[in-house]
Amino acid sequence: MAERCAVVGIGQTKHDVKRIDVSMPGLVREAALRALEDAELTFADIDAVVIGKAPDMFEGVMMPELFLADALGCAGKPMLRVHTAGSVGGSTAIVAASLVQAGIHERVLTVSYEKQSESNAMWALTVKIPFQQAVVAGAGGYFAPLIRAYIRRSGAPDDTGIRVALKDRTNALQNPYAHLVFPGISFEQVASSPMLWDPIRYLETCPSSDGACAMVLASEKATASAPGKPAWIHATAMKSEPTMFAGRDQVNPRAGRDCAAELYRKAGITNPRKEFDMAEIYVPFSWFEPMWMENLGFAEPNEGWKMTYEGATAMDGDLPVNCSGGVLSSNPIGASGMLRFAEAAMQVREQAGAHQLDGVRRALGHAYGGGSQFFSMWVVASDRP
Amino acid sequence: MRDVAIVSFAQVPNVRRELDRNEVEMLMPVVTEAIEASGIGRKEIDFTVSGSCDYIAGQPFAFVSGIDAVGPWPPINESHVEMDGAWALYEAWVKIQTGQADSALVYAFGKSSMGDITEVLTLQLDPYYLAPLWPDAVSLAALQARVLLDRGHATERAMAEVAARSRRSAKANPNAQLRGDFEIEKLLAEPYLVSPLRKHDCPPITDGAAAIVLAAGDLAKKKCRRPAWIRGIDHRIESHALGARNLARSRSTEIAAEKAGAFAGSFDVAELHAPFTHQELILRDALRLDPKLSVNPSGGALSANALMVAGLIRLGEAARRIHAGEARRALAHATSGPCLQQNLVCVMEG
Repeated sequence: MAERCAVVGIGQTKHDVKRIDVSMPGLVREAALRALEDAELTFADIDAVVIGKAPDMFEGVMMPELFLADALGCAGKPMLRVHTAGSVGGSTAIVAASLVQAGIHERVLTVSYEKQSESNAMWALTVKIPFQQAVVAGAGGYFAPLIRAYIRRSGAPDDTGIRVALKDRTNALQNPYAHLVFPGISFEQVASSPMLWDPIRYLETCPSSDGACAMVLASEKATASAPGKPAWIHATAMKSEPTMFAGRDQVNPRAGRDCAAELYRKAGITNPRKEFDMAEIYVPFSWFEPMWMENLGFAEPNEGWKMTYEGATAMDGDLPVNCSGGVLSSNPIGASGMLRFAEAAMQVREQAGAHQLDGVRRALGHAYGGGSQFFSMWVVASDRP
Repeated sequence: MRDVAIVSFAQVPNVRRELDRNEVEMLMPVVTEAIEASGIGRKEIDFTVSGSCDYIAGQPFAFVSGIDAVGPWPPINESHVEMDGAWALYEAWVKIQTGQADSALVYAFGKSSMGDITEVLTLQLDPYYLAPLWPDAVSLAALQARVLLDRGHATERAMAEVAARSRRSAKANPNAQLRGDFEIEKLLAEPYLVSPLRKHDCPPITDGAAAIVLAAGDLAKKKCRRPAWIRGIDHRIESHALGARNLARSRSTEIAAEKAGAFAGSFDVAELHAPFTHQELILRDALRLDPKLSVNPSGGALSANALMVAGLIRLGEAARRIHAGEARRALAHATSGPCLQQNLVCVMEG
């Protein structure tokens, strides 16, 4: 029943700790205009806009889509605002795709952003009394115990996380949009960086970035007149589960496993490790690479670390992961998920520049959020579904 | 397009301040009631989507605990908009149109009493040029009312009549917060709150929650005696710059109504999300409503205005009239943003 939908334009900003050269409208517009230019379109060609971002408290603007409508050429058009925590960048792209798949629109612009320099994300992420006991530890404090549980469970060598960080930071050197760039980054440099939340070191954690990402999604008909190579959307999936209840497996959450299973079923994928040419995965702390490799079915439970250790996830491995440098290198939270989706599409469209792989025919985009409870994923490929 | 219908609707009684229950506790009974009334099993519902806003709750991730009201285990297909629940319903309708779902649960919650809501809404404005001037929500609405009066499109008496009619209608709505009989002359003798708005021109501050179940085609026919079929639904936004808009008109409502097919026939009832009296007059005009049409028999947002919920309730109230056989064709409308910046129009038939 659903119409086919493809990514025909992609744009992102230079991500940085403080983009004081642009306002919030300037930031989203920078990404949107690049996506439109890539698709050889203008705002006038766009039927609807779907925007996403993480908590409004990051910038101190309530429902900022209302004031961003002008910068995104929305006047007189439909505009939707998605918020599903850290997975929001992915969910936003999925909602945008559904507008095309439903046959409602021909061309939809989807945008996500975060301008984290407007506030302190760590405090904005801390839910306060009386809603619940304040953790006052930010995301790292929340996720570190889960990583420790993973290490205990899997028996993974202590330096697995360092190896992930070294790989992603090396990949980021080939990405002109990346926020954190450490030329000549070494194992020793990561290993000797300060311990923030044991076992997460400073260089094993994501930055707090200002940045935005945008994509133009088009129907099959509209794709026919698109200038570049399209990345066809073969499947999308979203799953959620509660933050906590007794017995919940937060290390290998069922929502992630179910989401991947549904995604692969919809895309006709039976052997993900073999059938994907690359993946962009939401890894805000280095250890989440092996954890998600297991959750996504690329590795058996407790064996995801072996993929990192053996170099399977490196640029020259059998399943390159986060060729862009990933969330560890750029993290405008609301956009981080869409950047994963977009980077996967860029690989399929052969437009990733210096971090382009050869012959990517099918790629995975993945995002997660909340207490490892919200998941969004998509499969993009060079072949029409 | 697939045939999709609202098959059930539930809401909590709207109150000025809900002190005893948090958002999840307010939601649990309405989610359960809507699901049970739909006749579709909780585990059979394909998609769940909600509307809420962190700034209403005063905490980040308000929606995260919200899903606890649904009992999302095993994990569910779920999404959330930082908007009124009416737009969550739109997302659910789109999802069903893709063929990826045949049924959906939509819910919304908002405890507007948690802070000083008129001041909180100021944070919705352009943070560079407008918010620093700190205009509150009532003052902006007053600006719009003044434009309407100055152009001769409305009178203070006509506005008071909207308030009196809404609160008189609300007497028949057990879930309304403000109800009663008011004399126009007495209302007009009241002092201005923010000129030209008097207290009766403004919505109450409300805590509330609501839920709706949507179903497609045969499923809706099987589960619901008289489904409220969505014949058209569309939403549009306009410029945020108040100076760039003609505040006396709602251009975005006009476009959405056209796209939703609202001008293709007459209605038996209309539920308009007009938090301020003069906004009903603007919307009636934009929607080209027959002056004799029954508008807001529920009492509308002037009788209960739980932010992020009141728009979804308009869709629910309109559908309820169809479910009950009181209406054959119904119009529902929702709004968001300062001075009716964003509007959604939905046409339903029995």
